[in-house]
Amino acid sequence: MMAALESWTGIGALLAHSFLANAVLAGTGIALAAGLAGYFLVLRGQVFTGDALGHVAFTGAAAALALGLDLRIGLFVATVAVGVLIGALGPRGRSDDVVIGNVLAWVLGLGVFFLSLYVTSMSAGNGTAGVTVLFGSIFGLSAGQAWTAAAIGLAVAVSILGIARPLLFATVDGTVAGSAGVPVRALGVVFLALVGLATAEATQAVGALLLLGLLAAPAGAAQRLTARPYVALALSAGLAVFDMWAGLALSYAVPVLPPSFSIIAVAAAVYVAAFVASAARRDRSGDAVAETE
Amino acid sequence: MQSLVQPIAQMLTYPFMAHAFEAGTIVAVVAGLIGWFMVLRRQAFAGHALAVVGFPGAAAAILLGVGAAYGYFTFCLAAALAIALLPPSRGGRGDESAVTGTVQAFALASGFLFVSLYHGFLNGVDALLFGSFLGISQGQVLALLAAGLGALAVLAMIGRPLLFASVDPEVAAAGNVPVRALSVVFLLLLGVAVAEASQITGTLLVFALLVAPAATAQTVTTRPAVGLVLSPLIALVVTWGGLTLAYRWPYPIGFFVTSLAFAAYVIARIATAGLGRGGQGGAR
Repeated sequence: MMAALESWTGIGALLAHSFLANAVLAGTGIALAAGLAGYFLVLRGQVFTGDALGHVAFTGAAAALALGLDLRIGLFVATVAVGVLIGALGPRGRSDDVVIGNVLAWVLGLGVFFLSLYVTSMSAGNGTAGVTVLFGSIFGLSAGQAWTAAAIGLAVAVSILGIARPLLFATVDGTVAGSAGVPVRALGVVFLALVGLATAEATQAVGALLLLGLLAAPAGAAQRLTARPYVALALSAGLAVFDMWAGLALSYAVPVLPPSFSIIAVAAAVYVAAFVASAARRDRSGDAVAETE
Repeated sequence: MQSLVQPIAQMLTYPFMAHAFEAGTIVAVVAGLIGWFMVLRRQAFAGHALAVVGFPGAAAAILLGVGAAYGYFTFCLAAALAIALLPPSRGGRGDESAVTGTVQAFALASGFLFVSLYHGFLNGVDALLFGSFLGISQGQVLALLAAGLGALAVLAMIGRPLLFASVDPEVAAAGNVPVRALSVVFLLLLGVAVAEASQITGTLLVFALLVAPAATAQTVTTRPAVGLVLSPLIALVVTWGGLTLAYRWPYPIGFFVTSLAFAAYVIARIATAGLGRGGQGGAR
């Protein structure tokens, strides 16, 4: 992957702009974490939980702004706390759509409240703070923020890889895994805490509303392309990083496109491509593929 | 009592508040009824995705200079049709939600693109996402009423087989109920309900009117007839309460509506949990 990047003509000139270098650095770490976490989210049927954590990220950030704190404190505290809470409350660490839907709507409502507190208390033209949290601004990251984002992204990625084996077992067959001594419930909680971390990171890049695309699209595409878990896990991370790089390059080339839009657009396009490819392959090989699923 | 009624009566003498209450009433009844079936059918995620698709619709409509309502209805109905007609995936539940998640994120991203193309509109995003009850015209109220009545008429016609197909699709299919066609029609109805509710609660808070009242009703009672009365009733109380509070205090209506709806749900859950220890449990 690195070699492909370096052979890309003009990449040196691209990275000479520090805002773009920061975006690539932060984006790579974030995409790695999102790709790995997303694969398990999709496998465990918890995509909706990832969405809910994105909403929580918005409220956390808005609350921190309203209280005059660093936005990132609100992000991390809120997402990790709610991730652990959902994991601990849900049956076997999995969660109910209707319950999450209700909590999610209320959490967003609270976020709007905090945001309007912030906007009215500042009275200056800060009405776009909410838009930034919702839709991200990866080109606005400083070098320090970018390094932090990359480091946290990498830490989340390594942690997920560390628990990948038991987590996979617990996901595929929770009952058997439980009787084999795998701490199924604890794994679910730890996993959602990691997803919370990844979400808080991703909020700074693509925003609270769009990070779902980064969690779901590469993972969904990887699952379409292969049934083997570890291959799919690696593919999901690889695709997420590719989506991120291609999206950033696209927005750099066509400045009218916001980077958040480009990243998600590329991710959706890659997903569609994977969908078409797997459908074509299924047609050719007939029922043979269906049996392996 | 007098001191309570008077300010409310006074509030309703303002045309914009009267229109807001009319629109809110229509939206609450439609969302409460269709939401009840949505919760029963476990299609909350689909409802959310439809709502989210309404956002680029409204943003595109504003970019083109037509009313946001056109954008809501066009995009929500098109998305409902797309979800309904896509072949059922073989990858199982997780794969399906990956599709929904991807579509949802892409829709929001497109909405963001339209909004950023329309210069100077960045602050209007909040109204599209989180709702606004100001500036609803008489014409809009009539449009909401027409669409709402149409949706409810269709729902009344398919109500009984839909209930059967939702509760036990396999037995229903064996009994010659057109399960697949019903689910397509229902998704279109859901599209109408979402498009309506979005205009009051905003794209992101549609859940407050579609899910919370319905889930509350289903927590309290398993009987469809009672639930179908209770659900729109709760939605009405939530909407009227939200409008009154938003009129009184300078915070967004979305916050009040979601808080009231969530409070109703939590109270119902606690109450049935308490009762459930003594006698039989609630619906869930």
